[in-house]
Amino acid sequence: MSKRSLGGLAAAAMVVLSGRVLAAWEHNLPEPVSPATKEIFNLHMLTATIALVIMVIVTAIIVYALWKFRKSKGYEADQNFHKGWFGTWAWVLVPVVVLGIDMSVAGKASKVFDLVEDTSTPDMTLKVIGSQWKWTYEYMDEGIRLVSSLNRDRKTNDPLYLHDVDNPVVLPVNTRIRLLHTATDVLHAWWVPALAYKKDAIPGYINETWTIIEKEGTYRGQCAEICGGGHAFMPIVIKAVSKQKYAAWVKEKKLAAAAALAEASSGKVWTRDELFSKGEAIYKANCVACHQANGQGVPNVFPALAGSKVATGDIKVHLDTVIHGRPGTPMAAWGGQLNDLDIASVVTYERNAWGNDTGDAVQPGDVKAAR
Amino acid sequence: MSTEAIHDDHHDHKPSGIGRWLFSTNHKDIGTMYLIFALVMLFLGGASAMMLRAELWEPGLQIVDPDTYNNLLTNHALIMVFGAVMPAAAGMANWMLPMMIGAPDMALPRLNNLSFWLLPFAALMLILSFVVPHFGGGVPINTGWTLYPPLSLQAGIGMDFGIFTLHILGISSIMASINIVTTIVNMRAPGMTWFKLPLFAWAWLLTGLLLIMIMPVLAGGVTMLLFDRHFGTSFFDAAGGGDPVLFQHLFWFFGHPEVYVLLLPSIGILGMVVPTFSRKPLFAYKPLVYSMFFLTALGMVVWAHHQYTVGMSKEVTTYFMIGTILISIPVGYMLFSFIFTMWRGSMTFETPMLFAVAIVLMFSFAGVTGIMLAVVPADLQYHDTYFVVAHFHYALIPGALFGIYAGVFYWLPKWTGHMYDERLGKIFFWWTTIAFNLTFFVQHFVGLAGMPRRISDYSPVFTDFNQISSIGAFAFGASHFLFVWIIIKAVRGGKRAGDKPWDGAQVGNAGLEWALPSPPPFHSFTTPPVVK
Repeated sequence: MSKRSLGGLAAAAMVVLSGRVLAAWEHNLPEPVSPATKEIFNLHMLTATIALVIMVIVTAIIVYALWKFRKSKGYEADQNFHKGWFGTWAWVLVPVVVLGIDMSVAGKASKVFDLVEDTSTPDMTLKVIGSQWKWTYEYMDEGIRLVSSLNRDRKTNDPLYLHDVDNPVVLPVNTRIRLLHTATDVLHAWWVPALAYKKDAIPGYINETWTIIEKEGTYRGQCAEICGGGHAFMPIVIKAVSKQKYAAWVKEKKLAAAAALAEASSGKVWTRDELFSKGEAIYKANCVACHQANGQGVPNVFPALAGSKVATGDIKVHLDTVIHGRPGTPMAAWGGQLNDLDIASVVTYERNAWGNDTGDAVQPGDVKAAR
Repeated sequence: MSTEAIHDDHHDHKPSGIGRWLFSTNHKDIGTMYLIFALVMLFLGGASAMMLRAELWEPGLQIVDPDTYNNLLTNHALIMVFGAVMPAAAGMANWMLPMMIGAPDMALPRLNNLSFWLLPFAALMLILSFVVPHFGGGVPINTGWTLYPPLSLQAGIGMDFGIFTLHILGISSIMASINIVTTIVNMRAPGMTWFKLPLFAWAWLLTGLLLIMIMPVLAGGVTMLLFDRHFGTSFFDAAGGGDPVLFQHLFWFFGHPEVYVLLLPSIGILGMVVPTFSRKPLFAYKPLVYSMFFLTALGMVVWAHHQYTVGMSKEVTTYFMIGTILISIPVGYMLFSFIFTMWRGSMTFETPMLFAVAIVLMFSFAGVTGIMLAVVPADLQYHDTYFVVAHFHYALIPGALFGIYAGVFYWLPKWTGHMYDERLGKIFFWWTTIAFNLTFFVQHFVGLAGMPRRISDYSPVFTDFNQISSIGAFAFGASHFLFVWIIIKAVRGGKRAGDKPWDGAQVGNAGLEWALPSPPPFHSFTTPPVVK
């Protein structure tokens, strides 16, 4: 490489660095706020320090050897070095030293692992369900259900781009929370480094972790196990609040859920416009990850809805697809996740948006019949 | 050790034309084809990596859609592992083993031909897997090279091409390994006892045995995947009574020893290079051989450290943690041996030695981050982040790829009869090593800061480190054009290399290749040399 191109590379690096001096340069695990992540953090700092010390020693030995034992300085090779006491016994010495380091690390690690695997009775249980590409949270003790997906309004220059959701999980502080992990379609992993280490979400499995959040605040994380095209787009946001605020939030959620249920089963006949505007919101929250906001899907991967046979043809097929999903494809069964009114609205929306002007208005009763 | 070699150059007539290559049963010609294939694949795999780094230059999707990104990611890994490093190591084995141990050729020359010629077809299959999704073939292989179900069950026909690629590659590897093991066991020159065997031959003996043991498991695993996809079985589908985690066990039972398959041949090359340029025998040759045995055995039984997060029992997880940490003993011993081979030596720093020294340093670094990752509770944070990406690139690029580069520079004079351009060789070393560190060192930090691996788009908090990494990656990629130029230059001409181009190459348990002229005759040793 010429001197000029080396200079160019250095200049490019300078430009990049100088433009970003204000950035945070986050370079370590975030400040831990739960007992397990605190212990893990200390363990991490211990092993990192051991790693650093070993590297310093190894580097020092090599640098000294390179400086001292070189032909250009006239150093003659010691042909019998490996036959001396060191050469004879190094095969015992080295493994013993390495084993010593290994065992002290392993001893500390298994103590922390005991804490991580502590399955004491929790104060509350949160079931976390991974799906392509959103998180569903079930508050097992309260009967609250929450679907949380990416906030798509953030632009790429926003610090919270890809780290914000529409519905954050609200959790109380100083409460022992059992987290149950599972998935509906493929593998996912729910990871919020400050307060919850990873356990995979696997269809057919229920994995368990736990946390006690010791500090109020907003904590962020994201899916850590590759789950297809939307893997980068399923963030996690936790709002940790005081126990009182949490109780108030639970009450409010329960009331809202009851009201929504009453509305859905009221037997009211809805107008097309009412359903359309409700459906647009539901579509935006649940469907855009694959079918896209313009209904065009992703070529060869996710089918378009605009002008599609399903969305403009027989309503029964359309309802069946939404309610029961398409096995063997990422199309999920929404029957269990959305109520009759939600499904009626979103189907109405899909049948009238993007030039699909079928004029249909699907009523909650139609959905009930199709289930 | 001294040798008597008798060369009969009258039998040195080569078949001509394309037939020489298509029907070749000559270990050097097949070795050359392996090496050229590996070099082409290195550029293909490198090109995928360049596209990944370009996409990761800044937040937002600019170049490829997420599924294509994931497909490139998968291809990068599969091509580098199965297309670049393994064939390059097999090419080295083909070229060097018969010459090192004083044999006329490989033990099974026709099998040798077949094991090479399967490779281009496997490569074609892999390229097809990338192309078909763009012609209505459904979702591309978006799983990463691990092909975990259920995601791999969703993919389109590209996945089937991928599975067949692995089948063909597996057959090729098993045949090549049988050939290499047979050659080393049966074709050694009179007097070359086991403990006079050059370290490179030991390393390949163990690599071959490993491959014979693990490849069938991968083939079985992906065949079960194929059945789940098309024939209604439910091996990996919980809804049918199967288990998605079973595939992970099958994959990593292959996948972890595979790491040593990639690493060991390069350790073998270091075992030749370091004594040569230190001008004194390997420090503790026998324990080094035993530690390779230990590594091979231990490497077979620690696979589930790739799966700490799947929810195994505490007892099983603890077992895998202890086993994994113990890997540091044989690996530490190997690195220690190389350092103390240099100690009180009389060192010079030609390109192969520069690579060797850098490998020892950088691989030590991969070793200590490996210990960090082996510790279960901490791994529950590191798992599937860029910290892991950084760790295994530090293990595999110095540990496998740079080892092969060291071998290429070490043996180029023997292969071509010409010295390579030492000045360009040194420039290549510094360029590629600095660029490599620029690319991957920062990835440790971005991983700790919370960036998961295998994501096509990221939050702006990760931008800084990613841009440094991308600059490093482009420079790293570009350095390889120089590498190719150095090789072409040496093939076309240059200073004549003597039979023994390196004055230190005869120390300790050296190979017999230095008893042959440079370039060596078409058939290496027609009469076996006697090792005294």
